[in-house]
Amino acid sequence: MAFEDIKAGLDKFNAGVEAKLAKAPERANLEPNRLYTPLDLGEDFDYVTKLGFPGEYPFTRGVQPTMYRGRFWTMRMYAGFSTAKASNERYRYLLANGGSGLSCAFDLPTQIGYDSDDPMAEGEVGKVGVAIDSLADMEILFDQIPLDKVSTSMTINAPASVLLAMYIAVAEKQGVTPDKLRGTIQNDILKEYAARGTYIFPPKPSMRLITNIFEYCSKNVPQWNTISISGYHIREAGSTAAQEIAFTIADGIAYVEAAIKAGMDVDAFAGRLSFFWNAHNNVLEEVAKFRASRRVWAKVMKERFGAKKPKSMMLRVHTQTAGSMLTAQQPNNNIVRVALQTAAAVMGGTQSLHTNSKDEALALPTTESVTIALRTQQIVAYESGLADTVDPLGGSYYVEALTDKIEKECWAYIEKIDELGGAPEAIHKGYIQREIQDSAYKWQMDVEKGNRIIVGVNKFTQEEEPPKNLLRVDASVGVEQAARLKELRAKRDNDAVKANLAALEKAAADENENLMPYILDCVRVYATEGEICGVLRKVFGEYQAHTTL
Amino acid sequence: MEIVERLLNHSRLALSKAITAVENEYDDAVKIMTEIYPHTGNAYVLGITGPPGAGKSTLTDGLAKEYRKRGKTVGIVAIDPTSPYSGGAILGDRIRMMDLMSDEGIFVRSMATRGSLGGLSQKTGDAVKLMDAFGMDVIIVETVGVGQSEVDIVKTADTSMVVVIPGMGDDIQAIKAGILEIGDLFTINKADREGTDKLNIEIEMMLELNPERVAWRPPINRTIASKGIGIEAVIDSIEAHKNYLIESGRLAEIRRARIKNEVTAMLNDRVNRYIDKNVVETPEFEETVRKLQTREIEPYSVVDKIVGNVLK
Amino acid sequence: MANIRVLVAKPGLDGHDRGAKVVARALRDAGFEVIYTGIRLTPEQIAEAALQDDVNVVALSLLSGAHNTLFPKVVELLKEKGLTDVLVIGGGVIPAADIPGLKAAGIKEVFTPGTPTSDIVKFINENVKA
Repeated sequence: MAFEDIKAGLDKFNAGVEAKLAKAPERANLEPNRLYTPLDLGEDFDYVTKLGFPGEYPFTRGVQPTMYRGRFWTMRMYAGFSTAKASNERYRYLLANGGSGLSCAFDLPTQIGYDSDDPMAEGEVGKVGVAIDSLADMEILFDQIPLDKVSTSMTINAPASVLLAMYIAVAEKQGVTPDKLRGTIQNDILKEYAARGTYIFPPKPSMRLITNIFEYCSKNVPQWNTISISGYHIREAGSTAAQEIAFTIADGIAYVEAAIKAGMDVDAFAGRLSFFWNAHNNVLEEVAKFRASRRVWAKVMKERFGAKKPKSMMLRVHTQTAGSMLTAQQPNNNIVRVALQTAAAVMGGTQSLHTNSKDEALALPTTESVTIALRTQQIVAYESGLADTVDPLGGSYYVEALTDKIEKECWAYIEKIDELGGAPEAIHKGYIQREIQDSAYKWQMDVEKGNRIIVGVNKFTQEEEPPKNLLRVDASVGVEQAARLKELRAKRDNDAVKANLAALEKAAADENENLMPYILDCVRVYATEGEICGVLRKVFGEYQAHTTL
Repeated sequence: MEIVERLLNHSRLALSKAITAVENEYDDAVKIMTEIYPHTGNAYVLGITGPPGAGKSTLTDGLAKEYRKRGKTVGIVAIDPTSPYSGGAILGDRIRMMDLMSDEGIFVRSMATRGSLGGLSQKTGDAVKLMDAFGMDVIIVETVGVGQSEVDIVKTADTSMVVVIPGMGDDIQAIKAGILEIGDLFTINKADREGTDKLNIEIEMMLELNPERVAWRPPINRTIASKGIGIEAVIDSIEAHKNYLIESGRLAEIRRARIKNEVTAMLNDRVNRYIDKNVVETPEFEETVRKLQTREIEPYSVVDKIVGNVLK
Repeated sequence: MANIRVLVAKPGLDGHDRGAKVVARALRDAGFEVIYTGIRLTPEQIAEAALQDDVNVVALSLLSGAHNTLFPKVVELLKEKGLTDVLVIGGGVIPAADIPGLKAAGIKEVFTPGTPTSDIVKFINENVKA
């Protein structure tokens, strides 16, 4: 059918349904068009340049040629709470039940470089993740887990080098050499300043730590994903889908620029960059977002940075279902939300996935609810058929049009951020934070005015009993960790600790030194994370937020 | 009054409550100010203004810390605009000063403009006096923008500092008039940015054009307040200006002028309120207005008559 | 002319400030003067800021689970500083089972996820001592 014929047919069709739609005005004015046709793709829609084949530039349809016909995504459940011992039990449970990778959640003192007995850690030890103070805790965390067999993701940013060093040191003790290690550290400081808040040092030394890791791993831990450039938290902070990928890709550009400036060849490290998206409620918008992000990143790497290797242009992504979309009301409904979000991530072509548990708007998940969340992934993988063909929504008029739209919005933001001087400067000026806040505020007001319906929250509400059986981490974890620290400090070789910390301090002051080997030396003699970060705080200073409202 | 006694005995709570009393025009505000007055006149007052985004509160934070290092106690009055739509305000300066909260030698008060900028300068003046009586050595008044009203507030200071940043484009032209008038010193913040030299030259050129700035040539300092760079030099400049004011006798002069302004403003305010209450808001006045509109009478004799009555 | 002044603060180490910021804006739009103090604050910093700004309300937000330790500590310090008539409210990921304990410790109301900001405004207007 020629385009003119479609146009004529569509006009006729629209005229016919106008009268019917007038009867349902509340659904008539939604943002997407009511109906998509080949007209929305445009006459010059070119399959090869826009979509291509999976595993080929511009990777719109996916980064591997086989996708889930080769193997499923990694089912990676984010877990960690209380002590290393309790978390180790949860990890082994997940692996025994078909989880295919680990994902470590650390408590806030660990994420911000404080030991468990630091006054700043009061009330926080073991709460949102596992408390790790030294290599001794890390040894327990991975006890009986063969590090040459599993891949491990660690949500750690400001002190990423310290935790990575501990992981390498644990592997050494298991007899596993660093070249065998597979996994990811989040290591994405820019989104911490913009959206998540667990920063320690100012941007410049933070960027140095990141490029130090890139360089060290490219030589010593070649299978390690050295960064997970994260849109997840930007979305959780309230951004739109397009803002999520735009601000994250802008951060990615900044990391690539920093590494190139530090003297690295783009193809030496770009293949180890990975991304982290949110799987939100609007299923088709999310699928389009995944597809658009791959196309944008491929173009950025090829055209802006002149990458040569296809691997350098691939946006490989881990996904987590949207925690902020779970409701405390009628928590069982969250199981359904997570299932839909899982479908979105899978149809979007994610490489690995964490599914949230139904009780996460209330507390950390219980074993039972974590199991349901894992089973959700398994049902989507084995029963739904969504994983049976690559990019199943490719060619959908709506999804292609939406992919183009999100891509366009994304480029507009990237241009704007370039004008402001790049992501670090845009964050420093508060631009990105303000954009996110404006979207968050708009969302909230839409919900409050009833323009956006959340089932169980502003419609279909019901009286209910408060849920029982929530996981609780009691305050004794802090006491227990403090006692362990005291014991550790008494029995370790304190002269060696002192000497290695002094060497680290000296190296930190010299911008040309790569700090990874020094941090490894400290970790091996059981210097604590707080001590190591303390030395770096002394040399680098601390970041002060410039948050504006 | 008990609250005044406690304030003079360094009760931070009393200071805070006293500021609230003047800010909200509570009944006891006048009495508090009356009793406090003999204990004022000891602090040195620094006014800081500049366009939004210039980093004034970060700079204020840095100045406060440096003053503390030099053994001085510091009071800060940070002013933010009230939203004309809701009457509410986000007072966002304190966020950059949270690490001052553990220092007993510092007291920060956020104030919203609450619509009436005229009234604000008096309230700010009162807050400064309360901090002065409390025993703060230095009081920094920080306000946003460089409009006339903000200029009035900053004028209540002994030394006025204007903060600018490179890359503001034509804004510098727009604020030029205000700047020339009030800046005893200039600080180019975020001075690691492109355009710093150019901005420096522009300010110098503007100062050249001002014939009144002969005895005291306003220095131009450069800072990167977010990294604490250049703060000491700014304080040295403030001290130099203070010394100049003392040695030249200008300090006594400007303080006298300030008192005169304050009392004049208080008089005007009192008279205005009196006229509002006893003249404007009466039924007779409405009738007078009606007659004026129909040209039965003319306004000049009306005013003469009213003033004659009021002044009796 | 007395405006209601509210201090919005995040004690502890948790950096999730979406809720705190949305609430701060909504309170501003409801006509309150909002002192937003940001993330990663100690109870002492919060109490001292409340004293210096003589606020009528302290609104605490925390999603990390440390509320049972940190919220009561803020109340305690406010009392110690003589701020006896400040309305303290809290919000965040707080299990229903913790709410009675927090209320007993002086947190007047706890707002959990899904609460419309208009409910918070209403609660403040009805309970504040201005």
